[in-house]
This record gives sequence, C-alpha cells and structure tokens, in this order.
Amino acid sequence: MKQATFHGGIHPSYFKEFTSHKKLIQSNPPSQVILPMQQHIGAPCEPIVKKGDVVKLGQKIGEPKGFVSAPIHASVSGKVVAVEPRLHPDGRKVLSVVIESDGLDTLHEDIKPQGNLESLSPEKIRDIVGEAGVVGLGGATFPTKVKLSPPPEKKIDAVILNGAECEPYLTADHRIMVERAEDVVYGLKALLKALDVQKGYIGIEDNKLDAIEAVKKAVGNDANIEIYSLHTKYPQGAEKQLIYAVTGREVPSGGLPMDAGAVVQNVGTAVAIADAIKIGMPLVERVVTVTGSVIKEPQNLLVRLGTPFKEIIDQCGGFAKNPGKLIMGGPMMGMAQFSIEVPVLKGTSGILALDEEEANVPDPTPCIRCGKCVNVCPINLLPLYISAYSLNDAFDKAEEYHALDCIECGSCSFICPSRRPLVPSIRVAKREILAKKRKAK
Amino acid sequence: MSDMFLTASSSPHVRSKEDVSIIMRDVVIALLPAFICSIYFFGMKALTLTLVAVLVAVGTEALIQKLMKKPITINDWSAVVTGVLLAFNLPAGAPWWIALIGSVFAIAIVKHAFGGIGQNFMNPALAARAFLLASWPTRMTAAAFTWPGGADAVATATPLELLKGAEGVVGELPSIASLFMGNVAGTIGETSALALIIGGAYLLYRKVITWRIPTIYIGTVAVLTFIFGQDGLFTGNVLYHLFAGGLMLGAFYMATDYSSSPVTPRGQIIYALGCGIITSAIRLWGGYPEGVSYSILLMNVAAPLIDKYTMPKIYGEVKANA
Repeated sequence: MKQATFHGGIHPSYFKEFTSHKKLIQSNPPSQVILPMQQHIGAPCEPIVKKGDVVKLGQKIGEPKGFVSAPIHASVSGKVVAVEPRLHPDGRKVLSVVIESDGLDTLHEDIKPQGNLESLSPEKIRDIVGEAGVVGLGGATFPTKVKLSPPPEKKIDAVILNGAECEPYLTADHRIMVERAEDVVYGLKALLKALDVQKGYIGIEDNKLDAIEAVKKAVGNDANIEIYSLHTKYPQGAEKQLIYAVTGREVPSGGLPMDAGAVVQNVGTAVAIADAIKIGMPLVERVVTVTGSVIKEPQNLLVRLGTPFKEIIDQCGGFAKNPGKLIMGGPMMGMAQFSIEVPVLKGTSGILALDEEEANVPDPTPCIRCGKCVNVCPINLLPLYISAYSLNDAFDKAEEYHALDCIECGSCSFICPSRRPLVPSIRVAKREILAKKRKAK
Repeated sequence: MSDMFLTASSSPHVRSKEDVSIIMRDVVIALLPAFICSIYFFGMKALTLTLVAVLVAVGTEALIQKLMKKPITINDWSAVVTGVLLAFNLPAGAPWWIALIGSVFAIAIVKHAFGGIGQNFMNPALAARAFLLASWPTRMTAAAFTWPGGADAVATATPLELLKGAEGVVGELPSIASLFMGNVAGTIGETSALALIIGGAYLLYRKVITWRIPTIYIGTVAVLTFIFGQDGLFTGNVLYHLFAGGLMLGAFYMATDYSSSPVTPRGQIIYALGCGIITSAIRLWGGYPEGVSYSILLMNVAAPLIDKYTMPKIYGEVKANA
C-alpha cells in the first residue's frame, strides 16, 4: 500500500464523527418523487412519459439528448402526476417528472442480471453503464459512459477509483467502501475491462482505516489493483490532485484526465456499475449523508432519487434548532439551498444543515497580502491577484494569472484571514473569460 | 418551519477560524520576549517609548479612520504591531516625542495615505525610522545609544560601529554571549538576538510567516560577511554580523511584513536574497554601520515587480507525461 499526496491544500475540521460509524440505512419509501430531467453535467433529458402514465420502478422516463448526457429512470412505481418545471437544487426551475408512488415498487421487466463480467464485451459494459444512467456520484455528475469512451488517440493506462472523500462532514463513500467493498472492486474490474486497461488504483484517505481494510480484503491478491492510502488533506479527492498523488502525472492545463492517461471514478459510481451489471438495476437511488449540527440524528441513508430533502431530514429526526444554511453536498464545494422542498439528485452526496451562527457570512476586510491563499492553492495559482483583477473588471489580467485553471476547491477562501470572497470572484472571472472566448469564435 | 430563513451564499461554507486580528496578535505575542528584554536592559525608557509609540499608533489609526468615515479597525491589532516595531527601532536615549512623531508618520503617511492595511508599499515602522533618522540624526544615532550596563546618560557606540572601526569610535567589542543575550548598545528592540529568535520561532510555528524570508535573509548575510571578512576572503566574523544590529528584528519581523513583501514562493526567495546582499554591502563597504533598514525598504519597493515576474508554474502548465 502506498502513501501519497499533492502540493498545497488545507486541513479543515472534518466533523465526520457524526456519521462515520453509522451503517447505511434504507430510507422510507417516498410517497412522491420529483425527477428533474437535468441530473448530470451535459444536455438535459427529454421526458418520454406524460401526465397520467403508469410507470414501473426502473423504467426509463427521460431520454438523453446528445452525447454528454445520461438517461433518467423512475425511482418508484406509480403514476405520473405532473411533467412540469420544478425547483432544482441549482436554484432554477427545471422540467421534471413527478411520480406518485403506488407503494408497490413493481419492477420494470427489463431489469434482470446482465451476465458474468467475464462474458461481457467492453462495448456491452459501456452500453449497460450508459443505459443505467450512471453518472459520477462524487457530486460532479459527469456521465460515466462518456468517460468510458475516450477518443482512440488518447491512451488510457490507469483507472483510479476515488475513495478520498475529502469534503468535511460527508461519509457516504466511506460507508460504501466499508459495507460494499466487494462491489467497489467489482465495479473497478468492470471499468478496467470496459477501457481495456490493466492497472486499477483505489485511493482512500488515511482517516478511513476501516475502509482501507475492507477494500484491501475485497481486492485480495489481485496484483492489478493497487490501494493508495492518501494523506488526509483537502482537496485530496479533486480529480487532478488524486491523479497526481497516484501516478505523479499532471493533467495539462485546459486538458482532461485522459490527457494524463487516467480515468477517475468515484467509489459510489463503481458500486452503481456493479448494480447495473449484477442486478440490472439502473441508477434510482444513492447514498446521502444527512448531517450537520442542526440535524437531530445524522445518518447515512440510501435514498430514492427524487425524494424531497424535507422527507429525508424528517427521517433524521428533523431539525434540532433553526437551520441557517442547508447545503447539497459538502461544506467546501456544496451548493446552498433556499428551499427544503428540492429533490435528491444523482449528485446529492450529502444534505448538510448548519446552524445560524455557522451560516453567518463574514464581512470581508482588505487583503493583507499574507499569501496564505498562495500557499494552499493546489494548482499554484495566485488567488489574491486573480480575485483583485476580477473585482476590478480586469478579466484579461485575471486570465493572464490563469483564472481558468482554478478548480474552485475553495481552499483559498477557507484560509483567507480577511474573509475575502476569493472563489466567488474567481468564478466571475472564469465566466467572463469564457463568455469572451465564445464571442470571439 | 415557515419562518425558516436559509442563507444561500456561495461555497465554501466553512472558513478557518484564523482572522487578521489573530495573526497580528500572534506577532505582538512573538515580540513580547524582546519587549521584556528591552525593559530589562534599557529600563523604564524602553517601556515609555514603546507605550507612547503603541498608543499614538492606535490613536492615529482611529482618528484617521474616523475622519475618513471608514470603519475603525484598531481591534485588528495591526497598529499595535507597527507601534511596537517602531519603538523597537529607537535608541533608548531617544526622547518620547520622537516615538510620537514616528508613530504618526508611520500610520498616517505610510499606511493610510496609501490606502490602509495591506496597501502600504513599505514597512510603516521602517519608513518612519528612516524619516526620523533623516530628521533628527543625532537623537537617533550614536549620541542616543546607551550602554545597558552603564549609567543611563552615557552614550556609546553600537557593536557594528565598533566592528566597523569608524572614526572617533573607541571601545571594546562586546562578547558574542553579550551580543546574543542583548546586553549591548543598540535600538531597544534589536539587541537581544535570543529573544527575537524565540519570537521568530513562535511565528514560524503559528505559520504567521514562512521560513523563506528569514532563513534566506540571515543565511545570505552569514555567507557574504564570512566571505568578505576584514582580514581577507573567508575570514569574516559571522556570528558578530548575525547577532549585532537589527538583523534578527529585520529578518523575522520587518522583512516579512505582508503588505510590502512578495507573496510568491520564488519571489520571497529573491526578495530575501536582495535584503541579505544589500545589508551585507552596506555593513561591509557602506559609510553607515547598519544596513538592515535600508535594505528592507529598498526591496519593499521592488516587491510588486518581483511578484510579477515570479508567478509560480501552475499545476499542469507543462505537459508532464509528454
């Protein structure tokens, strides 16, 4: 087992003890699910059911539009009661299919085991993964099939499973590795076969010793799979940082992991792939860590996609006190919500509720040029300068300072003693620079 | 639940507890050992000068911010740091009004005229020292230095003046041990290398400063003063140069001033090298015994340029697996 890390990063308080030892629990079946047709990076799906239709569990209800997309399936059996725009966790209203559950969970007839991994061809595995609507479950929701279809000129020689889970509070991947280690390894083997790659790696932060043990046991003496114990440091689970820690390679600026010969998948994604092959079940549920100081009984729940946050929170005992902030995902990169009616999506790794004091957004004071943002930036950027240029509308200068390479991990904002809005201002710069580039074309 | 108000701000949603006031308070804590030594060696004069400098610095900051209708930020401790550092740069024989004028100049002109905290392009305490030195030379140099062991009024030469053998300066060089402990003539905060190193170690431990500027600055002075010794090449009295004068104070507390030093790792190295080279050059060949203040001020001016040309190589900038 190898020990690896990357340059920069921070050590936030982890708060994982709320849930790290809590077993995965199946959440109560929802009475109604809201399934937005946009649950992945890329083109939204088109609904292929209409109001009044009766659907079965696992039935495809959203057809992908375009190459970078992934189908969406019914997470309960029942009746479609609405196909209309509904509030989405990203803050917009998005066309959604709303299904009233009949409580029976009648399986769709297409759902059956897909056969032995040995007997499946790489193409078949890619198709199964694509048809099952599998996307990156770490939160970024990139359609998995696209990652499994690199252009022929890109030589992939490493598949890396991401079990770092470096976001504070979140323990979904941790529990998956402990409780479903066999399927994690099975999923990795399927990925290796689909990509025709020999070497697989699993990177796990060293604060999850039980997960490392469980996965090690599941790997057994397979010489082609190597486990990396990663230094516990945020953002160890960022794709580029993980690739560097494991292979020592850097993804070229502006490039993709495949430009460094690597494909990275989250451990939860590997389990979803295992389910799609072994049972034939498309992605209709996921593990969600429900946690934070105001959640009465924090849990790791197996949740049907489309379940409103409110129902999930109620199952965890509700709020112990008034929440100040509700976040989908982790505290470093998650998205703040203004409604608890939004549904769980494929990318909902966590529901985090912070109290009013924790939610307080501090007022920024002038930059004192302490350089702490420079020291922690995993990309070696100079966040203080990019931010200052962005705030002065000097986007050309921001681009000169490599604004586009920012991975928005938030380390600089976290460490800034002047509480400056570094990441938000860099995001603005990125948007402006990209808009200008599109215009120029 | 209906009265629930959820903040929907941009990520990240958690932040480090450390803020500007904690950093500045750490600097004040780091300066305490040297402060205690200054009182031990120079008596009440050191205490008075420091108190005057700090109170005036804080008062000036509050007054300016009030007049300019800006939020008053004296509780960020930065004015306290400037006040202490200014006092540390005064000889024990300096009158109290020197501390007062110096503090007003440091805060009003060097800090706030350029936009306040983070905007000053020179270290305020050092710029004020240079100003005082030019305006009241006799009250800032030889005549005002006192020998800690002697009577209060006896003016004496500093170790660097003695080392330099300047005209009309007579006296025995103090022992290395005296230099290290601080029992020598000098400005009130610079004499005890030991106390300053303890404080510097605290700043490194607390990650207020990084090792680059102090280590390279001190290292450069050590190497250069050894090479260009008084009795030919490679005969220099290194320990003397390290422990005498304001090197420790400058390297740990003033060259590391955030606003006026580079933020890039390579930039900090170049900047510290520059400080070391200029300090050594002034000490060895200049007409003035001590080079720390001017070397830092000169490099302060170059800091923005250094930053500009030392942008770090970013992750992925060169195709690593090509």
